[in-house]
Formats: sequence, structure tokens, C-alpha cells
Amino acid sequence: MAKKVLMKGNEAIAEAAISAGCLHFFGYPITPQTEISEYMAKRMPKVGGLCLQAESEVAAINMLMGAAATGSRAMTSSSSPGIALKSEGISYIAGCDLPCLIVNVQRGGPGLGGIQPSQSDYYQATRGVGHGDLRLIVLAPSSVQEMASLTAEAFDLADIYRMPAMLLADGALGQMMEPVDFEAFPKRETPEKTWATNGMGGKRARNIVNSLYIDPNVLENTVLERYERYALLEENEVKYEEYMTDDADIVLVAFGITARICKSAIGELREAGLKVGLLRPITLWPFPKKILGELADKTKAFLSVEMSMGQMVDDVRLAVNGKKPVHFFGRTGGVIPSVEEVIAETKKLAETL
Amino acid sequence: MILTGNPKLNIICGHYGSGKTNVAVNLALDLRKRAKDLHILAADLDIVNPYFRTADAAEILRKADVEPLIPEFANTNVDIPSLPPKMMGLMRGDYADAVSILDVGGDDGAVVLGMYGASIRKTGYDMYYIINMYRPLTADPEDVYLCMRDIEAVSGLTCTKIINNSSLGAETTAADIADSVEYARECSRRCGLPLVCHTYCPEYAPDTPDVFRERGFGEEPLFAIENVTKRLF
Repeated sequence: MAKKVLMKGNEAIAEAAISAGCLHFFGYPITPQTEISEYMAKRMPKVGGLCLQAESEVAAINMLMGAAATGSRAMTSSSSPGIALKSEGISYIAGCDLPCLIVNVQRGGPGLGGIQPSQSDYYQATRGVGHGDLRLIVLAPSSVQEMASLTAEAFDLADIYRMPAMLLADGALGQMMEPVDFEAFPKRETPEKTWATNGMGGKRARNIVNSLYIDPNVLENTVLERYERYALLEENEVKYEEYMTDDADIVLVAFGITARICKSAIGELREAGLKVGLLRPITLWPFPKKILGELADKTKAFLSVEMSMGQMVDDVRLAVNGKKPVHFFGRTGGVIPSVEEVIAETKKLAETL
Repeated sequence: MILTGNPKLNIICGHYGSGKTNVAVNLALDLRKRAKDLHILAADLDIVNPYFRTADAAEILRKADVEPLIPEFANTNVDIPSLPPKMMGLMRGDYADAVSILDVGGDDGAVVLGMYGASIRKTGYDMYYIINMYRPLTADPEDVYLCMRDIEAVSGLTCTKIINNSSLGAETTAADIADSVEYARECSRRCGLPLVCHTYCPEYAPDTPDVFRERGFGEEPLFAIENVTKRLF
């Protein structure tokens, strides 16, 4: 492949997964992420992998559980309503401590909603995907390049912490085209999968992957051990981007495509003499709480900008912990906020300071 | 000059993301500049791309007095691949005096042409195959050939000409385009189709004609196009 190629965000996810050694893809078509399946269908046979179109999202997530249990790198992808269908399986995967990748290219909801982009699955990804005490690693790309690099990183993190990871993108990122450099992203050391149900070559006792525990105390201990790994993740793997926050009176908080809109707005706001910066969470879980707490000591106010009715804003408020006011601006239903709207909202907030 | 007005039906096909919509709109605008009184139609036949399509450029087209023919549900919140009845009229020659440019969906999205096949063949057509070396699944001339055969199989029509639209979007340099000349020639040989032109976007790579001359490609036909792709933000 040429050093730089022009790709749709969805294709970049698929190619990055293959480059990261993913050999099993289980999908079911849904706009606006179907290019992932289509790309996998074309490429997987050429690299000795498997692309399987399941009969439903539920079937695909359970196939993913099986493939992940064997220690193979495996993934599924869908869009909002499809992820809702997968949520039972995701809980089982978390309960079995299986590393794998689940991609959500978000569209408008609730219900069938629409096919235009959205960020209204933030709660679902960081709180509500599946029952029980569980967390997913949630990574939020903001460019086609990051659709690729964070896909690779999600596989590594999933393996290192032995848990499912989610790439939370949106339809705009999935459909838009930008140049991608596949040589630009680093690989991490990942542990050997001694737990994999691969038969152990008949040489040792077989491994068992399971999420049912007869004795409540054993289940509690299993969950406690899992939460120790979650704590390590929170300690070591928080990722974010700071943009012009040093002297900022107002810090915009936005992830994914919305952060790009905010950056454009900040350029114009700075020209107008307003000190505005951006904090862009890259990991939505673990959420960049610490840096937001630190920014709360220097800045005057926060504005969370989202393509939803306000979901991440809750995490911003928890992190800021009442030190400074936290405001919200969003569009929903598949509508992308414009740069002009973000400028207007920020100016309105600036007048109150 | 790419479109001459003969034949009347000009189909634009190619791999996903090869730049069909951009080329289709620019071909229509280019034809308008040279044929002031001609009735020109730009039809959006894309039933596979939910976000980026000729319908996005409807305003630009109308301003240039090109009539856009757009599916009812393009750019709404639903994914309904229906086409307006006017489209059938167009294919069977109801607009006898008009020249039309048909923007078709990527890869097997060209299946939509199948139902119009008999009419299109009777009316007569050119089918332009758009290629882009920087798209990973069509970086190799052999894959370009196989993709063309897929499109021909589902559409029941045959490609007649190639346009080299090799680009890295806003990051495209003149050198990137010059680097694709050999690829385009090889694709032309492999597909057995004449190479009509290389496109370049003066906004991103204004020095393309100079770089072509320096590299000895001075005789190669260049077609300057404007990026009309919708900006999402």
C-alpha cells in the first residue's frame, strides 16, 4: 500500500483491524457503517481471514464471543440500534473477560431514529451497554487517521486488560474521506493469551471461559479482580488532547467530529479576542477526570458541545465537581452543529462571565 | 473538452470514493461553459451512499442552469433507494435534446443501471470509469480491471472511457497527480479503454500543469475541477 491512501473512515477501521491482526469479522449491515462489512468481505479472504455476515446483530455478537474465547483477534461493528441489540452479548463478553473490538458508528435515535450522524450513544457506551458491573474501554476518534490508529490501539488495550473495547465513532467520521498513513501508528506489547480455549494442544488441562458463578462470593471476587484491572486502566490509559487551554477563560469539551467543529470555532473566537480552548477526551472511558479538575482551577467556565441532548456533560460536571459552571450546547437527531452556532453559544456564555 | 454532447447519455461510474460525484458535477459545469443554450441534466442515481452525492451540489448546478434530477429521499434520515419516475423517461430518450450526466453509486451500486439497460443501450451512451490510485482497493491496475468488470456485470453496460481522478483530497499535491500518470496509462491498457484526462484541483495543486511539463507529461490532457464535495463541518 502507498504510504498515504485516501479512505472513508469506515474503510480505515477495517484496514487498521486487518493490519492489527484481526482475522475474524462478524457483521450485519446497517447504515452508516456498512462499508466496514463490505471492505472486510473484499479483504479478509485475501489475508486468510473470515468475514461473516450473520443473520442478525445478536448472532454476530455471540460469534464474536466464541472467536474471542479462542484467543483470536476478532471484532464486530454496527450502528446505534444494532449496538443495542448486541448489548446482552457484550455483557457476556465482559463477564468472560474476553478481549475484542466492538465498533459503533453512531446514528440518530432513539428507536430507528435516522441514518445521519449522532453522538447520542455516549451513555450507552460509557454506562449502559449490557447488564451488570462492567466497563468497556471506549475510544473516540476525531479523524479518519484516528479511526485507523485507535482501532489498532483498541485491540492492544483489550488484550492488555483482557476486556472488550469499543470504538465510538459517528456517521460523519464513517462516511467522510481523508488521507491515512498506516505506518504512523505504534504497536504495543501484549501478553500471551494463556487463558484461551484453544485446546492447549492436549498437553495441559483445558481452559474454560464462562460468566456463570454458582457461589455469590466467587462472583464477587471475580468482579473485584476485574475492577482492579479497570482501576489500572483509569490510572494508566487516559487519553485526551488539549488545544489552547493554557490561558483559556472558557474551555469547550467535545469529542469526535464535534471537537473538529469546536477547533474551527476557537480559531475564529480567538481572532475576536476571546480566550477559548478545547479539551478533547479521546478515551471516553476512562474519562479524563483529572485534567478537567486541574483546568477547573484555571478557567472560568466549561461548555460541553455534543451531538445529543447532553450526555458527556454529566461526566464533565462530575470531574469539575462544582468548582466552575458547566454549560451545554448540542444538536441532535442527525443534525451536525455548525461552527457559527458554537461561536454564538460561546460568545453568549462569555458575556455572562 | 470531455463531453461533446454526443452521445446524449453520459454515465459516471467507478469504485467507492473514486470521486464520481465531483467529476460528474464538474463535467456538467464544463459542458455548460461551452454550450450556453444546451439543456443539461445531472442525475443522481446513487442508491448506496447515504451522505455524499450529486444531490449535495444541487444549488451549484441550478445556478449554472443545469437541471438536477434527485431521488426524493436523498440526504434525509431514511435509507430508501427509490428513484423518481422522471429517471425512466430520461433513459428512454424523453429528453431528446438534452445531454445528461448520470452519477451512479460506487462498485455494484451500478446495479441500478440494470433496470434501464435496454433503454440506455438503445439511446446510446458513454460510460466513464473513474479511477483513483490513492484508493487502496484500486491502487493496482489489475484490481481496477476487476472492479470495472464487476460494474459491467451488474449494470449490463460496458465502460467506454477512463478518467484518472487520482487524489488525496485536500492534501493532494501536483507530484501526487504526476505520480499517477503511469498508473492511469497501465489501467487504460489493462481495461482496453482510452484515457480521456487526468483531473486536478487548482485549489489544492495549482502547479499541476507545470509539474506535468517538467516530468515530460506536457502532452497529457488535464481537466481542472473544483471540489464540490459537501463540507460536513
